[in-house]
Amino acid sequence: MQDANDILLSMKGLRIEGRTDEEWLEIVRGVNLELRKGEVLGLIGESGAGKSTIGLAAMGFARDGCRISGGEITFDGIDMRSASEATKRRLRGRRIAYVAQSAAASFNPAHKLIDQYSEGPVKHGVMSRDEAENDATDLYRRMQLPDPDSIGFRYPHQVSGGQLQRAMTAMAMACRPDLIIFDEPTTALDVTTQIEVLAAIREIVEQFDTAALYITHDLAVVAQMADRIKVLLKGEEVEESDTRSMLASPTQEYTKSLWAVRTHARPEQPPVVEGKPVLSIRNVTAGYGAVDVLKDVSFDIHPRRTVAVVGESGSGKSTTARVITGLLPPRRGEVLFNGEALPPDFRRRSREQLRQAQMIYQMADTALNPKLKIRELVGRPAQMYLGLRGKALEERIRELLSLIEMNPDDYIDRLPSELSGGQKQRIGIARALAAEPQFIICDEVTSALDQLVAEGILKLLDRLQGEFDLAYMFITHDLATVKAIADEVVVMKDGVVVEKGPKSEMFQPPHDPYTELLLSSVPEMDPDWLSGLLESRATAANG
Amino acid sequence: MSHIANMILKRIALGILTLFVVSLIIFLATELLPGNFAQEILGQSATPETVAALRRQLGLDQPMHVRYAGWLMDVLRGDFGESLANGMAVSDLIGRRLGNTLYLALYAAAIAVPLSLALGILAALFRNSFFDRFANASALTSISFPEFFVAYILIFLLAGAGGAFPSMANFRGDPSFGEYLYRAFLPALTLTLVVTAHMMRMTRAAIINLLASPYIEMAQLKGMNPMRVIVKHALPNALAPIINVIALNLAYLITGVVVVEVVFVYPGLGQLMVDSVAARDMPVVQGVALVFAAAYVFLNLAADVLATLSNPRLVHGR
Repeated sequence: MQDANDILLSMKGLRIEGRTDEEWLEIVRGVNLELRKGEVLGLIGESGAGKSTIGLAAMGFARDGCRISGGEITFDGIDMRSASEATKRRLRGRRIAYVAQSAAASFNPAHKLIDQYSEGPVKHGVMSRDEAENDATDLYRRMQLPDPDSIGFRYPHQVSGGQLQRAMTAMAMACRPDLIIFDEPTTALDVTTQIEVLAAIREIVEQFDTAALYITHDLAVVAQMADRIKVLLKGEEVEESDTRSMLASPTQEYTKSLWAVRTHARPEQPPVVEGKPVLSIRNVTAGYGAVDVLKDVSFDIHPRRTVAVVGESGSGKSTTARVITGLLPPRRGEVLFNGEALPPDFRRRSREQLRQAQMIYQMADTALNPKLKIRELVGRPAQMYLGLRGKALEERIRELLSLIEMNPDDYIDRLPSELSGGQKQRIGIARALAAEPQFIICDEVTSALDQLVAEGILKLLDRLQGEFDLAYMFITHDLATVKAIADEVVVMKDGVVVEKGPKSEMFQPPHDPYTELLLSSVPEMDPDWLSGLLESRATAANG
Repeated sequence: MSHIANMILKRIALGILTLFVVSLIIFLATELLPGNFAQEILGQSATPETVAALRRQLGLDQPMHVRYAGWLMDVLRGDFGESLANGMAVSDLIGRRLGNTLYLALYAAAIAVPLSLALGILAALFRNSFFDRFANASALTSISFPEFFVAYILIFLLAGAGGAFPSMANFRGDPSFGEYLYRAFLPALTLTLVVTAHMMRMTRAAIINLLASPYIEMAQLKGMNPMRVIVKHALPNALAPIINVIALNLAYLITGVVVVEVVFVYPGLGQLMVDSVAARDMPVVQGVALVFAAAYVFLNLAADVLATLSNPRLVHGR
């Protein structure tokens, strides 16, 4: 048995309530948790599971509109619920540190990195300002940040997202805390950057023997980082065990369903040899200001096919969509629709041309007018493009809602705020369908959704494609989504198409070196995956 | 840094253009004023011939665009013309009064700006507390009363029987600095009460607006105390709107204080403006209006530049 003194953090029957309108609703319902010194516990679950709330509660902190309503939180013998604010302030940053999901938003834009690093140690009286600066440089070096001696003297906006995330981990380490809460630290990063950050975090947590709560929704990531995993659902624990046995043999149905998420895949359709493409992009060069964001991009999209455009942020995926929709007229090259050149500027396109190409957006939240009812959101395009009125319009709206598997009687008069994230995205799909297009651009439509919900959306899109002979251009950075839905794949990097072809070829060697890097960077559910990968890359680099 | 210099130059050019447009509007507006200066000076008994002669002598018989061009040329050379009423150079008249006005504005600003920033920060720190509500309520009360009313209340309380301060700020010659501060205290206090509310509420709102930001939460989770979170982490990011409101209020202190000057018989630009309008003394009216416009343009320019400099994302490129 473990020595009881070994327990660093314990939570017993933790209950946290959140305020919605006039009511307090329980969002964490009696969670127990124990963390020993130097141990990493992974908290996993979908959005709304209460992971972040539990992480913050470990610091005795509740966000505005939340309150810790029951249970015990004990950190190293200190009762965090009854501790005074001053006591908690002395612990925060010094003995318990926090690494946030978006370093770009969590670094103060008004101060240099090193000033923000030094603030903790200096104010907590751990180090002098000079010592803190030297220490920062040392940690920046250990986190393998470029120019460790000077990077601290930059402002957050001058440093890339992956580097910021490492700088934030370094900042959390500043006072050498006993416990760090990692709240989705790599979720906002590209896969290739994610690996570097994961490796750096694991390295430094091991070096200083720091305990950690690692919060994420990504199983494959948590498998690399945690000694034990706890699965949460709607504020309650589903199960907990050590990482290997959890991956090998989950006992609960919910856990199994999480494990099985990445299984939706449809058979690839044979490549089109003959026949006119719906859309073809020919030698497009486009950009903003003096910079070319797209360089000589060409590819075709055939009827009833899904072309996935893959790449990291800044690769030009969304800019391609903007060129196709006419929001950004290209400098050179053209976009053909059914063999005819489209006017470069959408203002010069005919209504018919506009109708044929529709778009579904990543953030359904911001893409739907919050003041309009579903009836108006879905009805507007049908009215505008197809001239439907009165009863015909009403019937069409109901038909569209049935198509996206939402009961018209229940939903037609609701506002977007009365829908869940997945339902909003379905409305986005219905709105695109309402124009009866031949071609739809799906811009990261699943990346803001939980895996189970995302899978439902992919299945729906898949079914609609068959029913209405739709062609999709599917913009994504997630290779699992590509596997699930694509017929053909276009890989982009820095505005150039580095590889294109049928999905089966893309996922089989030989690859373009960049495609290889992308593919090998997708975390796998094997706890040894990261170590193995880093080893093989190191060997490759040395050999 | 070069794009900052570039931006400043652009703003200055725009400012000059604005002043030009304003000068045109001022000229046209004074043309529209009812009454006839020659008639006014000569009185009821003037014959049409003498009125016409005076008009010719003053150049008022020439077409408007000729007079505007002549006036603009003179202004560009620093010559605002002569007062029609007493023949003094307008630039001398304005110069002396402008000094007084700037003095009073500075005096009031030196009290009001630190006061409203401090109150705003404290109100944000103790938001929704009794202090916050009290500060807000009193600031709103003082801004809601007409200035002359505030002024009379202050005179009643602080200058009346046994009061410590003079109710008349009309000093002759060169008062010593201490003497000046003493004599101009009531007008400065009145102005402070009038402008504090706006600046304080903007400071409070701009800071509170940022308190939901992830970097504020980060500062709290680093164990920083609430005062430091507000002053060190929120305030630097809230400076742009605050600076803009301060500039607007400073401009008001220079251009909008006629009523206060009249109540306290303070010899500032506002009084000069009012007197000159009453006397149809167009060269003075035009000159003062142009100075007011220049004050607005300059303060807004300064606010834009400072707001830009307060944002590292604009100062330091990627």
